Amino acid sequence: MKKLVISLVLVNLLAACASNKPAETTGGTAASGASSAGASTKAASAAQTAGDPLNDPSGILAMRSVYYPFDVDAVQDADKPVVQAHGKYLAANSNRKVRLEGNCDERGSNEYNLGLGQRRADGVKKMLELGGAKSAQLESVSYGEEKPRSSGHEEASWSQNRRTDIKYAK
Amino acid sequence: MRLIQSIIGLLLLIQASAASAVLDIEIIGAGEKQIPVAIVPMGGDPKLSQTIHEVVVGDLMRSGLFRMVDLAGKFLTEPSQVSYADWQVRGADGLAIGNVTALPNGRIEARFRLFDVVKQAELVAQAVSANDGQARAIGHRIADLIYEKMTGDKGVFSSRIAYVNRKGTSFKLLVADSDGYNEQVVLSQNEPIMSPAWSPDGSHLAYVSFETGHATVFVQSLYTNQRKVLADFRGSNSAPAWSPDGKQLAIVLTRDGGSQIYLVRPDGSNLRRISFSGAIDTEPHFSSDGQSLLFTSDRGGSAQIYRMPVEGGAAQRMTFGDGANYSPRHNPDGSGFVFAHRNNGKFYIAMQDFQTGQMELLTEGGWEKKPSFAPNGKLILFASEARGRGILATVSSDGRVKQHMFTQSGDAREPVWGPNP
Repeated sequence: MKKLVISLVLVNLLAACASNKPAETTGGTAASGASSAGASTKAASAAQTAGDPLNDPSGILAMRSVYYPFDVDAVQDADKPVVQAHGKYLAANSNRKVRLEGNCDERGSNEYNLGLGQRRADGVKKMLELGGAKSAQLESVSYGEEKPRSSGHEEASWSQNRRTDIKYAK
Repeated sequence: MRLIQSIIGLLLLIQASAASAVLDIEIIGAGEKQIPVAIVPMGGDPKLSQTIHEVVVGDLMRSGLFRMVDLAGKFLTEPSQVSYADWQVRGADGLAIGNVTALPNGRIEARFRLFDVVKQAELVAQAVSANDGQARAIGHRIADLIYEKMTGDKGVFSSRIAYVNRKGTSFKLLVADSDGYNEQVVLSQNEPIMSPAWSPDGSHLAYVSFETGHATVFVQSLYTNQRKVLADFRGSNSAPAWSPDGKQLAIVLTRDGGSQIYLVRPDGSNLRRISFSGAIDTEPHFSSDGQSLLFTSDRGGSAQIYRMPVEGGAAQRMTFGDGANYSPRHNPDGSGFVFAHRNNGKFYIAMQDFQTGQMELLTEGGWEKKPSFAPNGKLILFASEARGRGILATVSSDGRVKQHMFTQSGDAREPVWGPNP
């Protein structure tokens, strides 16, 4: 179960990377990493990585979503290291800001889910603050069930939609 | 853009004429007792007459409370032509006749009469007029008159509904007639819109929009389309509900922690918190007397319906038993409330009486959410799903008659029935 969640996180992250940098990641970046990328890209990303751990695609900071069981808003043990790592990073980089976006599956009313998503995002915010991030670096919002990542009426979709995304401002 | 395209096909089927059309409205079930009425197409302008006839018959059929009596080729427009015996033989309780004309000033005028065939008496003789292009409004008004005279309850056919249409990442807030026609776009954008709420006089909609990057409450005039932000605090601002006198709204804010209920004037002034729990308190809805609120809260561990005085104070839990309950709306007559009930993976529309405390399921279950009463309390509009799409649906308050309304494309969500004009 945990493995599944983590692998889903990875897939999502890679998908996110791909959409952010379409020019750089046309090949098999997802599966084989830097080996399949061009030499220049490799050098550039290595330099970036050295400068900013946030840009390390294999680092823990590359994980930017936390997932929840149904109708639960507490960060689960499996995801705590991820949130803590982001807290540490934000504490060390006070110029960086993040938006925490809480989301829910569709089981509930839209309004109840808006409240639940907000609690999820606020829970991550609190944990980031415990890790040393300042309140001014953080904004928590909720989309409730309004922006599902996956639109099916079954657990495979729902588990994708119950999450808080940690989104860094550019 | 247009919603229900062809109720015409359905009407033809109902009248047992030959017809083959895609049904955009499906009616399931029938009232316990259906009143037989003969609706004679009006004399005068044939095109206007046809439109009005379609609207009147469509409205009455959708209520589930009427049965159309076969006219057997009879055509009459004047009271002097009425033979009660003829219509008694055909089993009609009511008979409607009239004339419609386009006036030189561009207005449409219909002179309409309704007779009680059993008592052999004229029930209504009224002229109904509307602007050019508003023949459907005349039809709804006449259907309301027939409904009121024959059932004793006020009709709701002239009222309007609001809902959100979602198509991919495109969201539209729409207002339409009660039968889905005359759709007007209130707001169109690529961020979610939810929770539209009618002001009691039907002039404004409050709603939640995410165009600011987070849930923000707006109030918009349906006449001028001007709008203003009602609440834009950090976190989420949502769930607007108008008090019956229109002088304040209940809204839900997360600015002080979790989702809590606040009162605010329509101009944004005099904001004050009235719920104090560590839980999610949301979806407030005023009682008709303006004294109490029903709302959803998970303070007991699962989402349930609670009631509290509008000015604040102790809340009383209203729903118990298996599953969770959401989205309460008072019955306009004050007897109880309707809500969405979730159990064993399904959502149902349910009703509960304040006195007995008994929950009654009105639907068979599926993906049925967000119920709201028609102004007369006899019909409930809700969001459902069919053929893989979000649709609008209604159920009569006795659960006997159901109706599915298919939008042309996209998912219909967040419907809410507006007040009578």
